[in-house]
Amino acid sequence: MFKIIHAQFLAPGIKRFVIEAPRIARKQKPGQFVILRIYEEGERIPVTIENSDPERGTINIVVQSVGKTTHLLNSLTSGDSILDVVGPLGKPSEIANYGTVVVVGGGVGTAMAYPTAAALKRAGNRLISIVGARNKELVILEKEMRVTSDVLMITTDDGSYADKGFVTDKLRQLIQNGARIDLVVAVGPIVMMKAVADMTRPERIHTVVSLNPIMIDGTGMCGGCRVLIDGKSQFACVDGPEFDAHRVDFAVLVQRNAMYRDAEQQSMAEYQGRTAEGGRPCADAPHGEHACLAASSGTQGEQR
Amino acid sequence: MTPTAKKSLNPVPIKERMKIPRQTMPEQAPQQRAHNFNEVNLGYSAELAQQEAQRCLECAKATCSDNCPVGVKVTEFVELIVAGKFLEAAAKIREDNVLPAITGRVCPQEDHCEGKCLLGKKVKPLGIGYLERFVADYEQKMGSRVLPSVPPTGKRVAVVGSGPSGLTVAGDLIQKGHKVRVFEALHELGGVLVYGIPEFRLPKRIIREQLNYMREMGVEFETDVVVGRTVTIDELMNEEGYDAVYIGTGAGLPQFMGIPGEHLNGVYSANEFLTRINLMKAYKFPVYDEPMLDLRGKNVAVIGGGNTALDAIRSALRLGAGKAYVIYRRSEAEMPARIEEVHHAEQEGIDFRMLTAPVEFFSDGKGWLTGARCVRMELGEPDASGRRRPVPIAGSEFDLPLSVAIMAIGTTANPIVQTTTPGLGTNKRGYIVASEETQRTTRKGVFAGGDIVTGAATVILAMGAGRRAAKSIHEYLTTGEW
Repeated sequence: MFKIIHAQFLAPGIKRFVIEAPRIARKQKPGQFVILRIYEEGERIPVTIENSDPERGTINIVVQSVGKTTHLLNSLTSGDSILDVVGPLGKPSEIANYGTVVVVGGGVGTAMAYPTAAALKRAGNRLISIVGARNKELVILEKEMRVTSDVLMITTDDGSYADKGFVTDKLRQLIQNGARIDLVVAVGPIVMMKAVADMTRPERIHTVVSLNPIMIDGTGMCGGCRVLIDGKSQFACVDGPEFDAHRVDFAVLVQRNAMYRDAEQQSMAEYQGRTAEGGRPCADAPHGEHACLAASSGTQGEQR
Repeated sequence: MTPTAKKSLNPVPIKERMKIPRQTMPEQAPQQRAHNFNEVNLGYSAELAQQEAQRCLECAKATCSDNCPVGVKVTEFVELIVAGKFLEAAAKIREDNVLPAITGRVCPQEDHCEGKCLLGKKVKPLGIGYLERFVADYEQKMGSRVLPSVPPTGKRVAVVGSGPSGLTVAGDLIQKGHKVRVFEALHELGGVLVYGIPEFRLPKRIIREQLNYMREMGVEFETDVVVGRTVTIDELMNEEGYDAVYIGTGAGLPQFMGIPGEHLNGVYSANEFLTRINLMKAYKFPVYDEPMLDLRGKNVAVIGGGNTALDAIRSALRLGAGKAYVIYRRSEAEMPARIEEVHHAEQEGIDFRMLTAPVEFFSDGKGWLTGARCVRMELGEPDASGRRRPVPIAGSEFDLPLSVAIMAIGTTANPIVQTTTPGLGTNKRGYIVASEETQRTTRKGVFAGGDIVTGAATVILAMGAGRRAAKSIHEYLTTGEW
């Protein structure tokens, strides 16, 4: 059992948990993730590690309500426990002094991008960060990203905060202005990562993305997280999760992440039915019903 | 192999023993069991067990034991069954095998003890596996186990992985007085015994029972620890104070054929397919949250001919598959699966397509599998494995409509421990190098065995490695010599 020390919504449907996990806290490096299972009948899902405190023996995870498991998770609060948390999984980000690095975080992906961005900054890079979200409320970790970045740009799809548009608009501007970019790191929805890859490919800018396929064990056993890299199967849990964006087959990733859409919708519908009858508490959500009952359009793989 | 002259507890004269037929294992009817996950074999009654045990010729030179990877004293435990001393028989097995209820069910006896049984030259071999299972189950039912009591040595051993080899090491070393802690990456203990082997062949309660016994003996377990990631081998030894480490991390990532369409939705690795069912209980969705594709009425094929392949396709059948195929590129004679499983699968209506291999998977244009193009094979000259090499027959291609295909063609080495342990030698395929005799690796105090050393093999071979490792770990801890 892994105890939740603190839990707080960062945005509607996006919650940060501080979890007692001393072994993981001691070993966590940027770019890595955990897999968790909330209760005995629960599924295993990969979740972003946003930060860790080896001294206190805690890790911070950030979770967006997408399907049943993430809604259930986000209904938990301090004092509750999570049955299983295993990690840190995946290879850490390759941190070095590249020169100028652009880190792109889309939506909840910003939580995954943040520790990598901070580490790249500490390694001496000039750090330009681009954070995108659907709207003002969904911009997360702005303060943290601002502190660590030399330049921070924010976009919202609807223009309700900062600049209206997409993260790729900002990246395009940087490239068009002739800014020197030695590395781009992009973490976010698959469409965003693909758009970034398509933009940097003709410019021959080395680009790394953190992939989020469906995963079960996450330890190099089941092979469920296989992704197509240069036409060959690789495994996000041991070969990734970060890959050279220009070699990734994003279409296959989208297709495979949709494999259980029907089951996910069924789970979500039943969960909503139960919560509507007063099953699980949602009271601590700042936007109450909205956060708990947001329609499920995503997939199991989209937590990271 | 001459029958012994010593006074036997077996009242049946040697000459008469061969006339007793091998006692049939009671089992669920094929039509019934094809629709449930309950165990296929129901187990001998005491009466059946004693009748079967009476068939043993009690060879002075017991080739059955010589061919057992853990060296179970077969003639001795069988004689105790004849005498009705079932608990003593169980204790006799436990001297060499800490997991008898498991090996009695999943060991390929035809390749080991029963394959060398003298009876088998004339009639059917002694049902050693069935007898082992009987006494292990009897012992469990009686609930009267004798816990060994040994003085503690003060030495501590970390075991990485709670599969059959790790559990064997733990069980053997705890009985030598060492403190043993087993680290498991998954949330449940048992390794391949829980994520790989289905309920109908090895019920989870059997594994839980064996684990409880180990706990009672003092073995400690810690789940959710991926050694190499959560803690390294060096940290275990230098910071957590373990005197020796045994690496039994098991089989790694699944292999794929590299043919077009393998990434389609509907193409599973056997590991993933079985993990969803066995570990995550996806077949109980939505009571359990982990989903899997609905197989009801669908055409499902497994590619491969090993135990994993049969476990996968028989699970698919139980989940309602309309057609369930085994596609194997060699003939039935070369299939690595346990012979009993092949028979059971045939009885259940699995459609075996031998000497056949897929060359391409087709999609509906939206990313979902709709079928496979297959080619027929013939057997040519023997290859490196000693088996005759399958060769495609030109122009023999045909199409098979499929909704789900399960790849069960082997695994590669899991790299996590090797890449995070400096100085740990690996071979060119990425497996850990360990002495065949002592299971010592290239790192002092670090031992390894099972699939992470040999590549995918069987439960009993992994246990054999565990047995050798436990012996040499004990020697190392006692003498300090490397």
